[in-house]
Amino acid sequence: MAGQSVSRSQPSRRKRVLASMARVNIDGKDYELEAGQNLLHACLSERLDLPYFCWHPAMGSVGSCRLCAIVEYADEGDQRGRLQMACTLAARPNMRISIQAPFAADFRKQVIEWLMENHPHDCPVCEEGGECHLQDMTVMTGHSMRRYAGAKRTWRNQYLGPFVGHEMNRCITCYRCVRFYRDYAGGEDLEAYGSRARMFFGRQDDGVLESEFAGNLVEVCPTGVFTDKPFSKVYTRKWDLQSAPSVCPHCAVGCNTFPAERYGVLKRVTNRYHGEVNGYFLCDRGRFGSHFVNHEKRVRHAGVRGADGVFEANGAEAALANVAARCAGALVGIGSPRASLEANFALKQLVGEENYCPGVADDEHETLRAALEIYRKGGFRVPSVTDVERADAVLILGEDITATAARVALAVRQAVRGVAFDMAREAGIPEWQDAGVRGHGQAAQSPLFVATATPTRIDELATATRRGAANDLAGAGFGIAHAIEPSFASGTQDDFTAAAAKALAAAERPLVITGCEARSPALLRAAANVVWALRKQNKKAALVIAASEANSYGVALLGGGLNLAAALLRMREGEPALVLENDLFRRVPAGDIDLAHAVVLDSLETPTAEGAAVVLPAATYAEQTGTFVNYETRAQRFYQVFEPAGEVAPSWRWLAEIGKRRERAADWPNIDALTAACANGTEGLRRLTTLAPEAGFRARANTRIPRQPQRYSGRTAMLANVSVHEPKAPVDAETPLAYSMEGENAGDQPGAVVPYVWSPGWNSNQSVFKFQQEVGGPLAGGDPGVRLLDDESGSPASYGEPPATEQRNGTFLAARVHDVFGSDELAGYSAPILERAPAPYCILNPDDARELGVADGGGVRIEELDASVQVRVDADVPAGLVAVAQGLPGGPLLTSHRVRLAADADFTPRSGGDPNVIAKG
Amino acid sequence: MTAEEKPLTGLVEKTRGVVDMPAYEAGDGYSGARAALVSMTPADVVELVKAANLRGRGGAGFSTGLKWSFVRQGDDADGGVKYLVCNADEMEPGTFKDRFLLERNPHLLVEGMIIGAWAIQAEQGYVFLRGEYHEPYRQLRRAIDAAYAKSHLGKNIFGTGFNFDLRIHRSAGRYICGEETALLNALEGKRAQPRQKPPFPPASGAWGRPTIVNNVETFCNVPAIVRNGAKWYQGLGKGDDSGTKLYGVSGRVRRPGLWELPIGTTIREIVEEHAGGMREGYKLRGLLPGGASTDFLVEEHFDLAMDYGTIQAAGSRMGTGTMILMDDSICPVDMCRNLEHFFAQESCGFCTPCREGLPWVEALLTDIEEGRAAEDDLALLERNAMFIGGTTNTFCLHAPGAIEPLASALRYFRDDFQAHIRTGVCSYRAPGGAAPG
Repeated sequence: MAGQSVSRSQPSRRKRVLASMARVNIDGKDYELEAGQNLLHACLSERLDLPYFCWHPAMGSVGSCRLCAIVEYADEGDQRGRLQMACTLAARPNMRISIQAPFAADFRKQVIEWLMENHPHDCPVCEEGGECHLQDMTVMTGHSMRRYAGAKRTWRNQYLGPFVGHEMNRCITCYRCVRFYRDYAGGEDLEAYGSRARMFFGRQDDGVLESEFAGNLVEVCPTGVFTDKPFSKVYTRKWDLQSAPSVCPHCAVGCNTFPAERYGVLKRVTNRYHGEVNGYFLCDRGRFGSHFVNHEKRVRHAGVRGADGVFEANGAEAALANVAARCAGALVGIGSPRASLEANFALKQLVGEENYCPGVADDEHETLRAALEIYRKGGFRVPSVTDVERADAVLILGEDITATAARVALAVRQAVRGVAFDMAREAGIPEWQDAGVRGHGQAAQSPLFVATATPTRIDELATATRRGAANDLAGAGFGIAHAIEPSFASGTQDDFTAAAAKALAAAERPLVITGCEARSPALLRAAANVVWALRKQNKKAALVIAASEANSYGVALLGGGLNLAAALLRMREGEPALVLENDLFRRVPAGDIDLAHAVVLDSLETPTAEGAAVVLPAATYAEQTGTFVNYETRAQRFYQVFEPAGEVAPSWRWLAEIGKRRERAADWPNIDALTAACANGTEGLRRLTTLAPEAGFRARANTRIPRQPQRYSGRTAMLANVSVHEPKAPVDAETPLAYSMEGENAGDQPGAVVPYVWSPGWNSNQSVFKFQQEVGGPLAGGDPGVRLLDDESGSPASYGEPPATEQRNGTFLAARVHDVFGSDELAGYSAPILERAPAPYCILNPDDARELGVADGGGVRIEELDASVQVRVDADVPAGLVAVAQGLPGGPLLTSHRVRLAADADFTPRSGGDPNVIAKG
Repeated sequence: MTAEEKPLTGLVEKTRGVVDMPAYEAGDGYSGARAALVSMTPADVVELVKAANLRGRGGAGFSTGLKWSFVRQGDDADGGVKYLVCNADEMEPGTFKDRFLLERNPHLLVEGMIIGAWAIQAEQGYVFLRGEYHEPYRQLRRAIDAAYAKSHLGKNIFGTGFNFDLRIHRSAGRYICGEETALLNALEGKRAQPRQKPPFPPASGAWGRPTIVNNVETFCNVPAIVRNGAKWYQGLGKGDDSGTKLYGVSGRVRRPGLWELPIGTTIREIVEEHAGGMREGYKLRGLLPGGASTDFLVEEHFDLAMDYGTIQAAGSRMGTGTMILMDDSICPVDMCRNLEHFFAQESCGFCTPCREGLPWVEALLTDIEEGRAAEDDLALLERNAMFIGGTTNTFCLHAPGAIEPLASALRYFRDDFQAHIRTGVCSYRAPGGAAPG
């Protein structure tokens, strides 16, 4: 039935320290609390309503807001007790405390009254209203009359970029924003300024917040200071939003999200807690990338290209008839790593294994296969994001994870704090005492070694960095493995490899992170060798192999007998093809693509869709139910948030319709049947059947789980401009979720089918603790998803000789650069992300730039790609290497490992952003 | 009292000016440090200071020797860096005792710190000096340079192999830096906000390392203790406490000033004998015994001994031992308003009761003083005072300290508050004018 969370291979950091339980009497009742845990945390884990502001489950205690006041009694005879802040006390055996004691309750009420001296009375026009933790705490403490008669403090707000709005007048000075932004996420351009009752939280000057995790401020702020700016533009109250459990489609980490909809518009995406994956935080690409769902270039109707070259939309039936006629015989199927596992499987079934291609470029395909080979050989458990946080030494080999797997980079930032936690434990400072741990640990960091082609954001935390092209880095990886385990093949030996080998071998839980972005199987094998060498030393070593797209691992697991080059050749030879949610122009040179006989299923008018013979309007991830497989081969279900308008349908539905018109394919009545067919029909995917509850699952009281909160309003009026007759609500036959506000979302159902978090009295996202087994632990009904490959056993044979370092031969070695904003295809259609996307660029060493005669900001022409891009000069890029940004709107596609460069005197720089302006020049 | 009975100011009285290196050495200067380093173990020094019952002169009165003993030593220590810090951020209103020592007898501090450094085996010391203290800086700078020139600071002090460097850090100027953990944050270049305790500085202080922070006057007591022993030092005090104390008086007395007297001298003796009593036409109504953040004492307390225990038992704190006198021409409401304005302004902004509560208190006092207050404002003021004043209600003791004069004023001078509200005028003000002086 429900996907249960897999047991943790490592005890959590918390559990390692706190083994025993303490009996604590709270308001006359005994509770078994974790001894040593802070009392606020422990009380919330018992689901007691104890108000708080500054404490955060992922960031611990600092004791600044003074809201979580309780009374602590010395013993049974003590009637008076002493006021204490729960977040600053450790749970001890035989403690007696009271939350309800009148003095504590009155003090908490007073704290709110103090905060209200300056907080504006603007709830009706505040975006936070209705999901405001400050509102909740105000009501919970009972404060209602304001006796402060003085003037309120006012501020000038700042422009913070396209993601985050700023309204400082609402600030209650809880310090959570700077604690998240600076301490947790490593940002530097947000600070606490001023003192006394004039604290200001913002930037030195107006400007774009630099951190790729800035969007979390929206959820970390307990009131409406930091707000979701794109959401504000199309604002809807939380209680009027319809949402469903979903999975981020913008990279392969698989962060869980709540996309929310009203009036057929995807309004926003917020974090959906997952105890093993994203925890409490998302990256900004994930949070702000999904506005592509509302893009004006959405394909809304089935279209058949007429003789005049223009698409005609004559309805789905006509289009399907055309497709059936076209696709009666042999047929190429090109799948997609951004389409659901089910859609890819349906396509594979429809065209046959030998005619199905996963839809990635051949070098990427080869790299993904190498990744799977390593995972299948096993010998280690692929770490979850929370496992990454627990690593005590990290080697990053060849992947800029801040760009390709940002949430993992945020986890690495926590991992390097490991030694500071050890020092704190040594000094008797509780782990949750955040300021104490940080103050005591100072700059102490666990080892982090970063070997990449170009500088990365995480370099600032690195013990050492090393630069090189992929093969060079692979050689270094082999060298590290050999230094740890001399029986392994040798590779490059230098100061970096020696130091990395030493640090990894000295650790208990060393971690290696690599990825597919460099398209280098050798790099992956080098990383695997390091891990296996460490396993031979009895270390709990593990390997993360990041991938580029949400379902890269899904399509890799599905397999398929055709590579993209062969598929494109058959298309050029005139064979019809079904192209599933794939813009081929992002993968191969335009000259290789012939779409004259192609049927394209997609949600957006990509260049591929524009060139097709037939286009079928596909649902986006928010408009359908399906499965993505993340980098740890964790299959996770995303649910339809809202029904798409018009002819738009999930790709697998279109494929089923096409299948009905052919002899070959099966017909799947619903997504459960399709997932089951996929599980049974594909080697290694059997566990998919335990992915999530089936459609027949019912929550408490035999109800469906509502997508709409209990206070969802305006149902009878929202379509009154069309018809005064209230339309029948859509019926969801596919899932246990309902398009309704009726039913139970109590939180004890399987974690995979929690469509939003809300609990009586807790209207904000802070209510998530009511859905967890304990604060920061798994969801009450188990964390969602199932890991398809999970084999820690075995000690695989290592890989042989490393690749030879590539020679320049008068050319430049070309490396791919991935940009966190703009390189992802779908996010590239999201307006706020596009505002952050840079213009296409390449990075060059200063000596090379000088030799070429270009300066920073000038242009170079890349001969092989027939394109000019802007130059960034960086001394931290090795000589002879050019790093070319990939996937940016209007940017060139790198198809060669070596390129020739020449200065482009006519180059005119432009700003990043809208691709429609870019196309020329 | 003889000069030797005035370990802090005896030499100053003799030289009638700044005690420079020759003068200091002529008065047995640095012989205490030499004796400690050459013939005592660090543990001996800690025990000696403990036995002498030297209590922190910054105001809290915590046993200095006990504090030093919290630093892990010998086999217990991890062998890393330790710091010794002198809190010379003297910003308590009405307090000027450290300034006197720094300006007149700076070598005493340097010597005291050398002994303290030996006791905890710290090789780096800092004097965290109030930003506005320009003359104290000049004198201390000169003294430290002279001590380096004599190799009393730096490497291999007195040939013992012990190294100790001493630097001056001039504060950017916040009252809260007098709180030792806020001081450490400021020293580290961070926001001057106090830290959560535990960890206490002896376990994790400056830059996360074991650190001892002591007040200027505290350090200045140490050389004489080492020279003359614990018994002698105990004999200097009058009551339970040991040694001498710099007592100060400000207000409308005949001779406002500062005197080194046996600790435990009575308030009446300090005010009447040493400060010369009240000026003609003024009557003493109350006083803050040890700076602005201590409770008022009134007539019934004037015969009490100024020592830690006695003043505490009377519901106040000896604090810095430098009193601010309130005579009968001063409006208690206005005095409280003035004080709370200061404390609200000096709040670091970290915790809610202090940051938001003190400005409200100030606003209420302003309303009362200026005749705008409503009947229930007094209850509101008391409610604020009660909730701000609890020592665990706020993050540090700044706000509870701020409430001490107000809470006691509400007790002792309640009639004044009520009269202001009832009549809508301040009777201390000349009609239509501002309050006098």
